[in-house]
Amino acid sequence: MTLIAERPAVIGHPEEHEHGRLGVLGWLTSTDHKVIGKSYMLTALAFFLLAGVMALVIRTQLAAPDSTVVSQHTFNELFTMHGSLMLYLFVGPFAFGGIANYFVPIQVGAPDMAFPRLNALSYWLYLTGGLTMVGGFLTVGGAADFGWVAYAPLSDAVNSPGAGPDMWIVALVLTGFSAIFTGVNIVTTVFYLRAPGMTMFRVPVFTWNMLVTGILILIAFPVLTAALVMLWADRHLGTHIYTVAGGGVPVLWQNLFWFFGHPEVYILALPFFGVVTDVLATFSRKPVFGYRGMIFATISIAALSTAVWAHHMFTTGTVLLPFFSLMSYLIAVPTGIKFFNWIGTMWRGSIDFTASMYFGVGFLVVFLFGGVTGIFLASPPIDFATHDTYFVIAHFHEVVFALVYGAFCALYYWWPKMFGWMLRERLGKLSFWLFFIGTWITLISWYIVGLHGMPRRIAEYSASTGWTTLNQIATAGAFVMAAGVAVFLVNVYVSWRTQVRAPGNPWDGQTLEWAAASPPVHHNFTWLPPIRSERPVWDFNHPDHTTQQVHRKEAATAPSDPAAVKTAHGQDVGEERHP
Amino acid sequence: MKVESRFLLFLSMFAAVTASIYWFTSYEDAGSVMLLAVCLLGLLPGGYYYWWSRRMTPRPEDDANASQSDGAGVVGAFPGSSIWPFVLGLGAAMTALAFVFGFWTALFGLTLAISAVIGVIVESRRGGVH
Ligand code: HEM
Ligand SMILES: [Cu+2]
Repeated sequence: MTLIAERPAVIGHPEEHEHGRLGVLGWLTSTDHKVIGKSYMLTALAFFLLAGVMALVIRTQLAAPDSTVVSQHTFNELFTMHGSLMLYLFVGPFAFGGIANYFVPIQVGAPDMAFPRLNALSYWLYLTGGLTMVGGFLTVGGAADFGWVAYAPLSDAVNSPGAGPDMWIVALVLTGFSAIFTGVNIVTTVFYLRAPGMTMFRVPVFTWNMLVTGILILIAFPVLTAALVMLWADRHLGTHIYTVAGGGVPVLWQNLFWFFGHPEVYILALPFFGVVTDVLATFSRKPVFGYRGMIFATISIAALSTAVWAHHMFTTGTVLLPFFSLMSYLIAVPTGIKFFNWIGTMWRGSIDFTASMYFGVGFLVVFLFGGVTGIFLASPPIDFATHDTYFVIAHFHEVVFALVYGAFCALYYWWPKMFGWMLRERLGKLSFWLFFIGTWITLISWYIVGLHGMPRRIAEYSASTGWTTLNQIATAGAFVMAAGVAVFLVNVYVSWRTQVRAPGNPWDGQTLEWAAASPPVHHNFTWLPPIRSERPVWDFNHPDHTTQQVHRKEAATAPSDPAAVKTAHGQDVGEERHP
Repeated sequence: MKVESRFLLFLSMFAAVTASIYWFTSYEDAGSVMLLAVCLLGLLPGGYYYWWSRRMTPRPEDDANASQSDGAGVVGAFPGSSIWPFVLGLGAAMTALAFVFGFWTALFGLTLAISAVIGVIVESRRGGVH
């Protein structure tokens, strides 16, 4: 049945639309962006846990020299699937299919995504693609084992025969289309379904980042899909696109892959930049500092990210070192602006140290160091020395760990909105500290062992290398991080068993999702506040602080009034102002 | 519509400039072609939006002073629940698996996909229920 959605009038309750079927059939047939968004998040978290278990097995193997916990072949499958699951099936789908799907329509005041059925199709392609990738383990030859980057000629039919690698290729084509469809959906939703008064420069930074991510997806994923199709043709049709034998060029694969791969890094990171921006502003009770600067920085990062791909290929000797080195350095400028603005947002704010805020600040700290070691690696001489060592592993895990902080930050922040009950704050902070301590134990030992020359992707090393102690420390750190994740799961269970009801606006939020009920009704809003700035809900709840055309600078320095709204460390019930 | 078009046109211009610098410093074709594609990707929709933004009256969402009632009324038609995306997704996945396991999975896959397409069309024709 097609429903004609109407824009809610300023006051008054339009009749409820359809309530949706319940149970499995309801799930299979839903085109509601909230249901699809939650499905995405749950599925992505499941892949995260699976990939995390693989990481622990890898770390167990490496905890002792000459270890035989798993065979060489299994080890290769494990790091390949660990990386592939984490990057292709966890971070991206969690952020873009999950959080963006749920919150972009709500933040712009829309009843749903622009193409709800296409949105549902995205999810089904993601789920089937993801299962296909993991299904590789069930084949005779095992899962793909050529690393998450599938370099030619290792990925050709001679070096990697069997169905597992083919399933990996097909899986990425499926999830690639899923990402492209979601990208189209998000861009269209932001361009065409905004509420009246929601001009582009009032769209929350989170949604802006998702819009830019959507465009980046449209730039990057088609290249990956095309490259994969050619890889399949090389494997099965006897073409020689990436094989020297027939006149092909193996390094072409690397060019195509990284033309996707580097923007992909920002497809994963930009969403969490957005999450953290919103969260820092909310819990500092201030508007985002340098709102427009933030948006221009996001756009510049996205633009530059299309022109740095070959910094992953410095050691191939086939790329223009100065060009790619310079472009990579340039990204530090907009990223620096962002850090400046994040600090500016918190500066003199009355900060509420919630679990979400902990993870938000954790994101800043960890991402900063990941970025700094990234600048090291953008310098070809340093990269020549450290390429394919654990130094690189430490660098990019520092970045991806930061994204996990971003994911937890988003979960603690929006959980009450999505499920209608709160997560426990104390357990959240315990989970944070475990994860944070584990992060540094692991990373510091990886950086050092990398500088001592330990290569990545090795299943064994001998005691004479002197790498044993550092590897043992790294493994211990990994288990501390795993404990942090386990505490999160306990938190979800405990909070679910004894539920603390979430009010509509528990954090005194600023953006439109906090004007909706928790969880929002079908088609999201029964009521919308007037939209006169990038934080309409705050304006409405604090008329004394933000008059309609207030200058942002004044708003930023206005003292916050503790009496106006309670600071609810998650438990306290904030005032609900809307009818 | 103006900001949207400028955003896309900016990306397009950026890609045009980097593509030319890259081409004339490296003469590497794969990267240059891809950068050129980025330029086109921004240019086509960006140019279209630009063309329209000069010809249309601003929409309520482009008007800084619009009130909610300016946009009251129908926003658009949104399909209610539908089984067809699931069927189409399953069909597409089974068709794709034919590239691993051979043609037989495509038989099931294409059957599902085609019925899903028919299903969606019928559903949309019937649509518009208030
Ligand atoms: C508890 C957390 C984690 C631990 C202990 C861990 C550990 C590892 C280890 C030991 C490797 C193999 C290094 C090698 O042998 O070359 C690896 C590779 C990798 N990891 Fe993680 N990891 C964790 C989380 C993540 C996350 C969150 C992501 C991404 C979002 C990620 C992405 C990757 C990638 C892309 C690779 C490279 C795979 C390849 O070489 O093809 N990891 N990780
Ligand atoms: Cu890169």
